[in-house]
Order: sequence, then C-alpha cells, then structure tokens
Amino acid sequence: MKRLALGLGLVVVAGAATAFMLTAPRPVAQERLEAITALEGDPAAGEALFWAGGCASCHAAPGAEGDAKLVLSGGVRLKSDFGTFIGPNISPDPDAGIGSWSVTDFANAMLAGVSPGGGHYYPAFPYGSYSRMSDGDIADLFAFMQTLPASDVASLPHEIGFPFNIRRSLGGWKLLFFTDAPHVAVSDDPQIARGQYLVEGPGHCGECHTPRNPVGGFVGQSWLAGAQNPEGEGVIPNLTPGGKSISGWSASDIAYYLESGFTPDFDSVGGSMVAVQKNMAKLTSGDRDAIAAYLKALPERANGWE
Amino acid sequence: MKFRTLFAAAVIGAAGFAPAVTAAEPQEVRQEMMKKVGGATGAMAKMVKGESDFDAAAALAALTTISEVAATYGEQFPEGSDTGFESEAAPAIWTDRAGFDAKLAEFKEDADAAVAAAPADLDALKAVFGPLTQNCGACHETYRLKSS
Repeated sequence: MKRLALGLGLVVVAGAATAFMLTAPRPVAQERLEAITALEGDPAAGEALFWAGGCASCHAAPGAEGDAKLVLSGGVRLKSDFGTFIGPNISPDPDAGIGSWSVTDFANAMLAGVSPGGGHYYPAFPYGSYSRMSDGDIADLFAFMQTLPASDVASLPHEIGFPFNIRRSLGGWKLLFFTDAPHVAVSDDPQIARGQYLVEGPGHCGECHTPRNPVGGFVGQSWLAGAQNPEGEGVIPNLTPGGKSISGWSASDIAYYLESGFTPDFDSVGGSMVAVQKNMAKLTSGDRDAIAAYLKALPERANGWE
Repeated sequence: MKFRTLFAAAVIGAAGFAPAVTAAEPQEVRQEMMKKVGGATGAMAKMVKGESDFDAAAALAALTTISEVAATYGEQFPEGSDTGFESEAAPAIWTDRAGFDAKLAEFKEDADAAVAAAPADLDALKAVFGPLTQNCGACHETYRLKSS
C-alpha cells in the first residue's frame, strides 16, 4: 500500500515535472539566431513587410491614419473569447517600447513567441503565422522598425481572466497548436508559393479567416474557410473556393479588391478588413497577384462558421 | 362609357394600390440604394482603370446618383429595421446613431462637391473619385457586418 502511494506520488511528480518542461518557453535555435544576427537588415525592404504584416493595425494608436500609423505607441483593443488584448508599444523607445531589443530578441518574439525575459507571448500577437517568415525578412523588418519614431506612451496590461492570465499555460497552447509547417501543400508554381508565404506568414490572414476551437487552436481541415467574428456579430468570409464569399471572384478581382477595396460588384471592403486592405494597397501588384493566385489554388472548404 | 368607367376605376384602384406595392421594407430599399451606388461607382471605376473611355456626361450622372442616394439614405434605418431581409446593417447604427449620421454627412458633402466639380476630363474625375469612395470603407468599417 505504502509502495503504491509512493509510486503514485512519483507519477504525479514526474507528470508535473514533464508538464513544467513541456510548457517552458523555447526560443529560436542558437544557429538560426546567429544567422539572423549576421545579416544586414535593409530598412526599405522591411517597410514592405511592415505593411504586409499589418503591424500598425494593432500597434499604432487607435484610429491612427497616415504617418501616425508609423508611431507604434500601442493601445488598440483586440476583443476575443479569452478577454481583451491591448497592443503594446513597440516603437523604438528604449523604456516604453522595444528600443533596447537586439535583433535576437526580435527574432525570438516573431518566430517563437518568446519575450526577451523568456516568457510566452499571447498568440493574439500572431507569431503562429510570423513563425514562417524568412531570416532575411526578420532582419529587414527589424531594420525598418528601428527607423520609426519613438513614443513614450506606456503599454497597458491585457484584460484577461483566469486561467488564461497564467502565461505558462500558453506553453500548452504552443505544444498543441504552434507550428511553422505549411497549412496547405507547397506549390511548385513560384507565384502561388509567394502568395502562400505572404498569406500564411507575414500577412497572417488565417488568424481571422480560420475558425478556432474552444482553446484557440485552428479547427483542422478548415484553413481560411471563414469564421465567426471574434470581435462581435457577423462573420469573417470564407476565402476558399468552397464558400460563396469570394468563390465567384477571379484572381484579378481579388487583386483589385486588395488594391482598391472594391468587390466585383463595387461594394466595398468593411469591418476590420478596411485597415488590412489599406495595408495590402501598399504591397507591389506582383505580391497582390501572388496572394490572389494562392487563394484561387486553395482546396475547397465549407464555411467555417456554419 | 362602361369601358371608360372600368378603366378609370382600374386606374384609381391601381393608384390606391401602388403605395402598398412600392412601400418596400427599409432593409430592401436601402439595399437597392447601395446597389445603385455600386453601379455608379463601377461605371466611374472602369473609366479610372482605363477599361472604358472617359465620358463626362456618364460620370456626372453617376456622381448625381450617388449624391441623391446620400441625401436620403439615412432615412432608411428606422428602429426595428436592424435585421431581416438579409440586412447587413451593424447594430452600431442604432447604438451610435450620431456617428453613423456623421459618416453619412461626410459622404453627402463629398458627393455634392464631386457633382459641383463636374469633372471634364479623366484627371478631374480621378481627383474626386478617390476622396468620394474613401467614404465607402470608412462607413462599412463600423456600420456594416458581413453575413457570408
């Protein structure tokens, strides 16, 4: 009996130790960090990634337009089923922002969701997509962000209830859902492959356009199939050829929508997509065409919100 | 004589009946109004994109259509018309009526300015088309929900 209790106790301790180890934040591999550090970031190339990545949508002040979008003082409130996340200051201010970060710190945040202090970030910061970004793009984006104006506006704490306020629990989320693997088979067509990189990586389109399960992981086999709007009523459209949202659109219709905000019927972009479309308008037409080609090549999926 | 009486009665009857036929639900009326704006916008967008030749009369007609819609569009959102008939109106229209009305007023102002400008060439059309159509997304960002 004593032996059994001892055995059970050992199992519990071993289980807790295993869970503790498994949920530990894991930074980017040392060799990769060294490779990124060795690169000379190109700020001009980084600007394109800044718009593709939509950084300003969450990190500029709420309602910022024009050049004010380049001041990443934070403050945008992002509602979710887990509480409200508030975009932090990521301007180059050394105290209020990320001015004291090295490119290594930046790479760990973007590619692994790990903070300079070694903690987990919430995946509301879409590192689950950014993890697919290339070394060169990380270095370029970091170089561009260092050219932006500093802001001393203090970041606000997220408004997240128990148990999601325990950051260690995000280790479990990462264990289950965090990956840098492609969401669909990679195409041999370079244009589609470029679109895949933009959509699945920096563009992080799936973060809103894919339905999630109750613990915040993507529902399998529903990639880009659309979802309930986490911020309230209405839906986020199905981007695959399987729904009626945009399946009737040609690739050039999609590219024109991303450029102008007009649908083929000259209805307009709306909701959160308004800010996204303004960012997409700043990409090269080649990149918008690539995104359209990738979306047209997606496997058909039924609407993710039904 | 009898024919005439019948005819007159039929006309009067039709006239009396007509309001009931045309008095569509506001959800449908406003959807039709937005389709008109879409059609007018599309006609001008084709010129701006170079898919069709610039036509000053057609451009002015399109701008006039948009201005007319902007003038009365706000009347089509009475209380209780927030759902039904595939309406994509956001609840914010009623919870933030002042904000919605302000967006509509900006839209109307830009549409009237574009009509007054009466673009005489493609560059003049481009100069009013951009600012005018910024209003579409600016309002839809907050006051329209996608249902599919």
